[in-house]
Amino acid sequence: MGGRGENSGFRLALVGCNHRSASVENRERMTFTPEQALTAAGELCVRGIIAEAMVISTCNRSEVYGVANGDSEDAAAALESFFIGFHGMEAEQTNGRLYRHSGTEAVRHLFRVAAGLDSMLLGEAEILGQLRDTYGKALERGTTGPVLNRLFQAALEVGKRVRTETELGARPMSVAFAGVKLAESVFGELAGHSALVVGSGAVAAQVIEHLRRREIGELRIVSRTYEHAESLARKFDAQAAGWDYLESLLCWADVVVTSVAGGVTVLDRAMLEKSMAARKGRAVFIMDLGVPRNVEPQAAEVYNAYIYNVDDLGEIVERNRQSREAEIPSAEALVEEHVGKFDAWRNSVEAVRLIEDLRRQLHDERRVFLREQQRILDHLAPEQREAVERLTENLVERILKGPAKRLRHAPGLRERIEELEILRDLFSGREDQN
Amino acid sequence: MHSPLFDACLGLYTASLAAYIGFLYGEKRPMGKIAPMLLGAAIVVHYLALMERSRWMHSVPYNDLYGSMSLFAWLVAVTYFVLEMWYRQPSVGAVVLPFLLVWEIALAIAAPATPPPISPGKGAVLAFHITLGILGYAAFALSFILSLIFILQSRMLRARRPGRAFWRFPPLDVLARMSRGSIWVGLAACSASLVFGFIWDRRVRGSFSLTDPKVIFTFAILVLYGMVLWLSGRAGWRGPRVARFCALCFLLVLFSYTLVNLYLTGFHRYF
Repeated sequence: MGGRGENSGFRLALVGCNHRSASVENRERMTFTPEQALTAAGELCVRGIIAEAMVISTCNRSEVYGVANGDSEDAAAALESFFIGFHGMEAEQTNGRLYRHSGTEAVRHLFRVAAGLDSMLLGEAEILGQLRDTYGKALERGTTGPVLNRLFQAALEVGKRVRTETELGARPMSVAFAGVKLAESVFGELAGHSALVVGSGAVAAQVIEHLRRREIGELRIVSRTYEHAESLARKFDAQAAGWDYLESLLCWADVVVTSVAGGVTVLDRAMLEKSMAARKGRAVFIMDLGVPRNVEPQAAEVYNAYIYNVDDLGEIVERNRQSREAEIPSAEALVEEHVGKFDAWRNSVEAVRLIEDLRRQLHDERRVFLREQQRILDHLAPEQREAVERLTENLVERILKGPAKRLRHAPGLRERIEELEILRDLFSGREDQN
Repeated sequence: MHSPLFDACLGLYTASLAAYIGFLYGEKRPMGKIAPMLLGAAIVVHYLALMERSRWMHSVPYNDLYGSMSLFAWLVAVTYFVLEMWYRQPSVGAVVLPFLLVWEIALAIAAPATPPPISPGKGAVLAFHITLGILGYAAFALSFILSLIFILQSRMLRARRPGRAFWRFPPLDVLARMSRGSIWVGLAACSASLVFGFIWDRRVRGSFSLTDPKVIFTFAILVLYGMVLWLSGRAGWRGPRVARFCALCFLLVLFSYTLVNLYLTGFHRYF
């Protein structure tokens, strides 16, 4: 029998590390590749350590979730020792770097992860996609069961609700993404629009990634070194162009991103006026991510041109961060609502299981009793013996009917489960066995 | 005439405005779904209130200036509701609804206690003429509001200080398209209204007048809004400049709807 109290429901446990508990070097040592995550979960189930398992591993966290048959504290300890062993580490090496949660705390932790409340970048959306993928693969591999299925489906719902009902993940938190979102506030969907990226460094690549995610139409890359532009263009399915084409491409692009090192002025007022005339005054959005700036400050005076530099975007990101933080209480409230729902489900399942246990035990007792009374029963006709059999069966069901009904409909289910556990223990003769 | 339906309609417009503001500033996305539902309910109740008043007057809703202005407000709400459903941009409601609400409250204060004399003009042609004219004005009113939002959004963007609500408003491109869409509706409705007006005039008086101030102003409105559409594709104009011009054009619509109707026109006046 499991212990009572919070852990007496599902023996749910989790062990893991994240950006708060472990440094990047330690996280690197404790990471799981997607295949390793599935193998580890499979091993946990096959070895009988736990009944259901799932491993989540992203750049900022590695976590093992398990549903055990024993006590959840034992399950957490078993998961931890497996976690450490899987990475060929010693327990001392992970001291203080792993966290353990069980029961409701484990549920709450996962829901906060799905909501983006536990992410390094508050409210980031990627974690939800990663959870969905990981869960899908684990489901396919068959390492999850009824409890983890319910848990992860609920977590995905929490994540979705937090993103639709709060602004926790609504505003961009990186300079590159803020720039792309601002471009969208001019043009709407970027699908039918064109972009020109001047530069081929890491910052340019970051912006291109966001532009591609927002399904920008045509994308051209210009760099002082054509080979660099070509290499970046290949990576992002774009077109490379030589530096000589810069002016003509400026007339063509709706979104212009400049990220050229060395204080090169890519765009001045005269060039922009010329390109605006060529594009018949259509609006242009310019992201100047170069330091020093690549766009002459006077260019900002050109009509219908919206120009942002790194500092402008940085300020927006900072304001967005503050707005996201203000959304934490609403997101936490949603998490708590779903933790409550999950607990209610857990209790109802546990109640059904307890009633079934009790029913089985009472029927066993009934059969033993009837066997003991065999000599008396032998005197009865077959129909009478059947009637006795039916009567005793009905008696057991009658005894169980009241508790089962009260458990299903009455408030304070948790306490009633505990009452029933005592009853089940009494019937099971557990004290005698011990 | 005091009408509980009109009070209910005011209540629903207010609730809808609260939900739109909640969506814009409170940042609760479900409000973006509740607000148009409340607006839809307000439109239905407003329609019933118009019908109730018609029965009370034994005439059409636009028989007097009060009824005409209430019908105008209702058509603004309907046109906006259709635009919102089409573009899925609930944030604009937070700007449209205050105009509607102020208009409706002013009407509630000025509501005549006794039924006005019944206008001698009757018939389907006249009904089309007036209703389409009011629909045209309602569409121009919407394009005015959309242009104001465009100007504000564009200013915030140029000043590089997008405010809290900035991210909730539609992109500039969408605002411009919504505004142009409204202008097209306004132009079509006003042109059709003019044609019906000429037909009715010819039937009743055997000729039609091109010198009535109302007709002259309507032609001016059509020309100016036509220019707005033409300029919106021209270099140096498209963007905030055309939005400012569009907003200014609405002043002429207001002038035509109020002062011209009240004091300058011969047979378009209500008093």
